[in-house]
Amino acid sequence: MKDMAPDSPLLRVEGLGIGFGARRGRIALRITEGVSFDIARGERVGLVGESGCGKTITGLSLMRLLPGNARIEGRILLDGEDLAKASPPRMRKIRGKRIAMIFQEPMSALDPVFTIGAQIGEALTLHETVTRAECRERVVEMLAAVGIPAPEKRHDEYPHQLSGGMRQRAMIAMALICKPELIVADEPTTALDVTIQAQIMDLLRDLSERTGTALLFITHDLGVVAETCTRMITMYAGQVVEDAPVDAALTRPRHPYTSGLLRSLPQLNRARGEFAFIAGRVPSPAAMPAGCRFRSRCELAGPGCEAPQTLERVEEGRLARCHRAPDLDLPGAVA
Amino acid sequence: MLNQVQRRMLMRRVLQAIPVLILATFSVFMLLKMLPGDVAITLAGENATQERIEEIRTLYGLDRPLLVQYGDWVWGAVQGDLSKSLLSGEAVSDTLARVFPNTLFIVAYAILLAVLAGVPLGVLAASRAGGWADKLVMVFSSVGVALPNFWLAMIFVGAFALNRQWFPATGFTPASEDFGAAVWQATLPAVALAASGMAEVARQLRSSLVEVLESQHFRTLHAKGLSPRAILWKHGLRNVSVNLLTVISLLVNRTLAATVVVEVVFAIPGIGATIVDATLRRDFPVVQGVVLAMVVTVIVVNLIADMLYSVLDPRIAQR
Ligand SMILES: Nc1ncnc2c1ncn2[C@@H]1O[C@H](COP(=O)(O)OP(=O)(O)OP(=O)(O)O)[C@@H](O)[C@H]1O
Ligand SMILES: [Mg+2]
Repeated sequence: MKDMAPDSPLLRVEGLGIGFGARRGRIALRITEGVSFDIARGERVGLVGESGCGKTITGLSLMRLLPGNARIEGRILLDGEDLAKASPPRMRKIRGKRIAMIFQEPMSALDPVFTIGAQIGEALTLHETVTRAECRERVVEMLAAVGIPAPEKRHDEYPHQLSGGMRQRAMIAMALICKPELIVADEPTTALDVTIQAQIMDLLRDLSERTGTALLFITHDLGVVAETCTRMITMYAGQVVEDAPVDAALTRPRHPYTSGLLRSLPQLNRARGEFAFIAGRVPSPAAMPAGCRFRSRCELAGPGCEAPQTLERVEEGRLARCHRAPDLDLPGAVA
Repeated sequence: MLNQVQRRMLMRRVLQAIPVLILATFSVFMLLKMLPGDVAITLAGENATQERIEEIRTLYGLDRPLLVQYGDWVWGAVQGDLSKSLLSGEAVSDTLARVFPNTLFIVAYAILLAVLAGVPLGVLAASRAGGWADKLVMVFSSVGVALPNFWLAMIFVGAFALNRQWFPATGFTPASEDFGAAVWQATLPAVALAASGMAEVARQLRSSLVEVLESQHFRTLHAKGLSPRAILWKHGLRNVSVNLLTVISLLVNRTLAATVVVEVVFAIPGIGATIVDATLRRDFPVVQGVVLAMVVTVIVVNLIADMLYSVLDPRIAQR
């Protein structure tokens, strides 16, 4: 490792801006701006926010998997090494080995014409030198570890022969086979049945705890974040608006947007019998307001909000992008 | 080797082939009879009297109703007797055994060339989709698809056989006698036949690859850390192998038809020269025999392709 302090974060994202359609080096359409956060070793971080706020592209950018017309600025430091500047061959050594990814659609994320075992084994042989027999043994072990029954048999089956939940387990096995330091899971359960969703989330948390793999968990489901994660990052319109330990964020949010999100959740507020929706619409990336991006929808907007907001420390271990955050006492969810 | 489903499919395909064979030979027979003149005129020789011609017609049964003549031929064919050439007297099955391997050799050679050249071109175009290499391959293959085979064959004969004698202009040694010579002599006709096939393979491969490379599971492959080359050649090609198989089996059918004229240009003793000659001289048993051989070949090729589909795509095998 580099000359870093032992307690330095596994991943440090600094001022990450992602845009599309670059011409002559300039980004035509900016989607995220100044996204910064840290992920410590073994930490489980939930990344939440409304649809379109840039969660998926942020996750993809960590592995440099964005489409060809995307441009990134800022730094993505993995153990101090800037992935934003890493060469393609260097990135291929990191993908699947040090950072792995689990996608939303287990139905379409596996190659239909290769067996489950071949696809998982491919990741292993790519990053480690193993014999065929060792490879098979490790893959079968991994399939068993993610709770796939009859792993020997499943090893030689094709994706279409597995149920959605089993396929997502196979995806998790593929992500874990090289013992990565970080797993980015982008809505890994959205496409699954509710009962299966809970099983998969338990599995992910369990594996993360056992193997010490850090998890960046992208979701709309704050309930799952509450159960799975240790920290929650809220994004709004391409910016991080709040970053806090999960319990604190859920019970005493410091940003009006996080508070709005929590109050609009039926399952967390059933006890209270009320749920509000955040009025208005997310500004389009093509027409971002200059000041606070949430201002037009914020009940508490007032003087000072027309100035650009910065992500500031509110208290120990908590950040919020709102100049009023220190004085606000916002309702959260009763979990 | 074959499982229950495959065996049943095989049976069904064989049964389905019967009406196809009857229809093909019957329509060819009828078309042939629509031509003016018949073999009796040829056989009777120049200046023969009308009586002599009639005698010969009766001798060969050509005065019988058409359906009876056709029925007679079918009855023989069912028993494995394709009858004889009216002109040379050679058994049609002997003629086929002599000329058909030559045609198959050229067709196989042409398909091989089309695939060996078309696949890399298609992969190159797909991997640089939208770039100049892609555009170049696509323009090139549009031209290739449009060029008539026989015209190319004529150009090749002129340019590489007559003008610069790199290859023989005419003639053919069967591959069973001298494989090297056969390859040598078949090169120009095979290239002429392969040009449009190569273009077709490149185009179809490019479009199906571009589509499949966009699919979700290819992002998973990148996320594993696979190199673009491995993604393209291993997963890309494997994912479009079914499309490729369809293109190739269609290509076999088309090349088999196209070889008829190309063989004539190069004076190769294959089924092409045989069927053209037999048609001009109204030697209908020979024409029927050649048509039968071609249709059977097409049916067998399609059947093999259908069997291979389930090997290439595990999802098909399930159904
Ligand atoms: N290839 C692209 N070209 C242009 N814009 C894009 C592209 N991909 C994504 N975007 C835009 O980037 C924004 C963020 O997309 P992203 O998929 O990251 O949202 P998200 O937060 O993951 O939403 P969801 O919760 O619906 O998954 C969206 O406005 C989207 O339209
Ligand atoms: Mg998303």
